[in-house]
This record gives sequence, structure tokens and C-alpha cells, in this order.
Amino acid sequence: MDLFFFLLFAIIAVVCGVNVIAQRHPISSALSLIGVMGSLAVLYLLLGAAFIATAQIIVYAGAVMVLFVFVIMLLNAGAEERTGRRSLIAQIFGIPALIGLLGVLCYFVQRWFPNAGVVNFDAWQGGSAQNIGYSLFTDYLLPFEVTSVLILIAILGAIVLARKELD
Amino acid sequence: MVFFIITIIKLAIIAFVLLTALAYLQWVERKVIAHVQVRMGPSRVGPHGLLQPLADVIKLITKEGVIPPHVNKFFYLGAPFLAVFMALISISVIPFGTEVTLFGYTTKMQLADVNVGLLVILAVSSMGVYGIALGGWASNNKYSLLGGLRSSAQMISYELPLSLALASPLLIMGTLSLREIADAQSGFQLGFIPKWAIFSAPFPQIISFLIFMIAAFAETNRIPFDLPEAENELVAGFHVEYSSMKFAAFFMAEYANMVTVCSVATLLFLGGWHPLWPVAYGSNFVAPVVLFIAGAVCIYHGLNPARPMDKYTLPAFGVIFFLLAALMAFPPVIPVLMPLFWFLAKVGFLLFVFIWIRATLPRFRYDQLMGFAWKFLFPVAVLNLLVTGFLVALAS
Repeated sequence: MDLFFFLLFAIIAVVCGVNVIAQRHPISSALSLIGVMGSLAVLYLLLGAAFIATAQIIVYAGAVMVLFVFVIMLLNAGAEERTGRRSLIAQIFGIPALIGLLGVLCYFVQRWFPNAGVVNFDAWQGGSAQNIGYSLFTDYLLPFEVTSVLILIAILGAIVLARKELD
Repeated sequence: MVFFIITIIKLAIIAFVLLTALAYLQWVERKVIAHVQVRMGPSRVGPHGLLQPLADVIKLITKEGVIPPHVNKFFYLGAPFLAVFMALISISVIPFGTEVTLFGYTTKMQLADVNVGLLVILAVSSMGVYGIALGGWASNNKYSLLGGLRSSAQMISYELPLSLALASPLLIMGTLSLREIADAQSGFQLGFIPKWAIFSAPFPQIISFLIFMIAAFAETNRIPFDLPEAENELVAGFHVEYSSMKFAAFFMAEYANMVTVCSVATLLFLGGWHPLWPVAYGSNFVAPVVLFIAGAVCIYHGLNPARPMDKYTLPAFGVIFFLLAALMAFPPVIPVLMPLFWFLAKVGFLLFVFIWIRATLPRFRYDQLMGFAWKFLFPVAVLNLLVTGFLVALAS
């Protein structure tokens, strides 16, 4: 059952990921990206990390991508026009090279992690919201606070950049 | 296998009851607004217009579904589906009562008891904006595009105070499971004040309850924050180009979102299915007495009819109310029906407040809406969260 759902949502994630670059319209690409985020959340759920799965949906699919879609709609960006043919080398060697690259990647992953099993956050006893909160505010307090300061700096930077344009 | 069959049965019951309730919520809304405005409201189809929802559904199904030639067909057809899907899915994690035992099987009155239930609702409702935004964009119409843009901006803005308002009672409960949240509010302080979050010990959550309700009005696009469909500026907003069932889907999504939001408010702030005062002081008699009074009022008006049909319809409703009152007073069903009654009563009251405010308040201007969210609601929510956190830390 787990394997079936893993394969299903892994395939959906990959197909949506390919669709992000294959689509011409920015809205279609953005929605495909939401598909990737959603299937990733299901994969987290299959690993027993319910909190991370919902956080993934809230932050990425719910907040970040809504802003993306909002900006695309606000600018009313149309479908991109693909003029000119692709180069001859890309046409002939593109797909074989891609398959070759994937093969090499698979080979090395197999070599480096020969006995890779399924990760399970439940077995680690750290997947629940309480455990994550407890670790964040005890063992990982400094990285957590540093990250929040980093985000604060990013927000301030965005405001400064926006102000410059207004004046 | 038994679990699977029970889940299917529960699913069927909840889907049937919920969809019927959504249709009748529309009827209640029209009746309440009509009476606020000293009108009759729907009264032609069935007694007191009670079959009006059925007539509406038949009309909407049999209407021609027009697809304008200038729309982006895929997203145009997908958007109402997405909106209604996201609105209905969050009902599945909401508990609406304790446990029920039938033929030896015990099951919770809830579809899925998820240990991060509240986050699931937040996640699903944050996805709900796509239905409206895409519907507005795909219609390829400037009014609907403006409606879609307004709704995305509004929902992003109001999600912040909404989530912050939810965080403060969570500090007191210390759990994210909706069932545990409701159970943490059982019992009474000083013997009679319920331990609901709005009365709770370190810091009463009345402010966060008000912030939550205000933000909920904006999240569900209801008056006074229904800017996405402001008729006098945008014709009908994001659903200008929609007709027949596609239009009905947007409406159903709005009403389902209202039910979800009211259920969450009930579970987090109003103690879920726990009664207003202790059973020792007779809270179990509230349901039979209220239903008995309703039945008596119906019979009285049936005997002194204001309209010719009333002398047949009102006594019939009176008998139904009396039967329900008798059922509520029947001892074996009290442990099951009493929590359900309290939960439905609280949700129903909040839904009534939604309708009441729609009949009372005018619409905000768009800059007022945004200024209110960012300059007033958000700082107050942050302050409330800080004070709650401080007092919870002191108390523990």
C-alpha cells in the first residue's frame, strides 16, 4: 500500500516537475509547481511526518505559490513565444544525453547507498509537532533564531528595494 | 475491513447531511435577511418556502451551462471544482461529538482523527484561494480578474491575523488535534464557569476569538468584506462568467467554508460539544425544553393562523418538534445526542451571526479593508499572542 502511494505520488511529482518547464503559460507552470509541492507533502506524510507535510502545504503551496500566481495575474503575463528552432545538437543528442545522465546518477546512488531503506520519522520519534517544537527551542535554538534574523533581514531588504523605486 | 465499512457509512451520512445543510443554510439566510428587512422571504415553494432549496438545485442543474468563447477552458472548468473540493475536504477532520456505539462497534463522530487536524484545516483553506483566483483569471474578463486579484490579496492578508488568533488558545491547550483541543475545555472553574478558551484561566481568549471571527468573515468573502464580488463595482466579481452548476459550486464552496470556520471557532474557543453549564445544574434539559417551547410556539400560531395554510403546516412542525424533544429526553441516547446538540447549537449560533451581520453592515472600501487587516488586526493579534504566551509561561 505504502509502495503504491509512494510510486503514484513520486510519478505525479516528476510529471508535474517536467510540466513546469514544458508549459508555455506562466500560470500553468505555477500550478504544476503546486502539484510538485502537494505530492512532496504526501511523500512526507507517507514517511510519518504529518507536521512537516502540513507545513509544506501551508508555506509552499498555500503562501509562496499564491503570491506567485497573484503576481502573474497582476502583471497579466501572457504565454511565452518560442521563436527559432532548437539547435541541431540539442535535437539529436538531447534526450539520449538526458537518459545517460539519469543512468549515471542512478548508478552512483546505488554505489553510495547500497542498502538504502525507507526513512521513517515515526521510528525516530521526532515527527510530531511537539517533538519538532521541543527540539527547535532546546537543541537547535541558535540556528532557529539565526534563521529568523536572516528572514527579518530579507524582509527589510525587500522593503528598502521597494522604497527606492517609489522615491 | 470493519473500519473500512464504518468509514464508508460515516462518509455517506456526513456527505448527505452536510450537503442538505448547505442547501438549507441558503434558505435560512434568505429567511433571516428577509425578516430583518421586514419581508417574508421565500414562501411559495412548499410550506414557508421549505422546498425552495430543492427548486433552486433543480433550476441550477437544468440550466444551460454556458462556456464563453474567450475563456481558458481548462482552468475555467477546473476552478469551481477546485473551490468546492477544498471547501468540503476540511470537514473530514472536524469532530462533532464524542463516540457512538452501534451493534457493538464503537466509532468516533469524526471522519479522520488527525493529530495535526488544525494545521490540515489551515493548509486546505489556504489552498482554497486558488479556486477563486483561477476562476477570476480564466474567465478572461476585467471584472472577474479584479475580483480574483482582490480575493487573493484579501485572503493572504487576513490569513495572518487568523493564524495568530488561533495560536493563542493553542498555547493554553498544548495540542493540535481538534478532538484533544475540545476535550481540554471540558470541566468548570469555580463549579459553574465553563473552561472554554474564551473564559480560560491564565488569559481569557475573548480578543483572539473576536479577531478570529473578523478574519473569518474576510476569509469566507462575506459581507462586510465581500469585496471580491462587490456588485456595484465589479458586476459579480470573480464569478461573472459562470452559470448553472459551475456558479452553484462557488456558492456551495462559500457556504461550506462558513460551516468549517464556525466549527473551528466552536472547537477552539467555545468548548466544542461541552455544555454551557454543568449537567448537575440541568444542562441536559436544555435541548428538550428548547425544542418543546419551539413546538408549543408552532402549535399556538397554528391555532391562531395568520395565513390560511398555517393551520395545517404549523401544527405539523409542532408535532415534529415535540417528537424531537421527547427523543432528546430519552435517557439511552443522551450521551450521544447531547454533545451533538451542543456542538450544532454553537455552530448554528455562529452561522446565524454571519447572516445577521450580512443583514446589518454595509461593505468596506478596499483600502479600509487592507488598512484594517495590517494596521489594526495584525498588531492586536501579535500583542494578544505575546500576552497569552507570557501569562501561560507564568502560570505553568
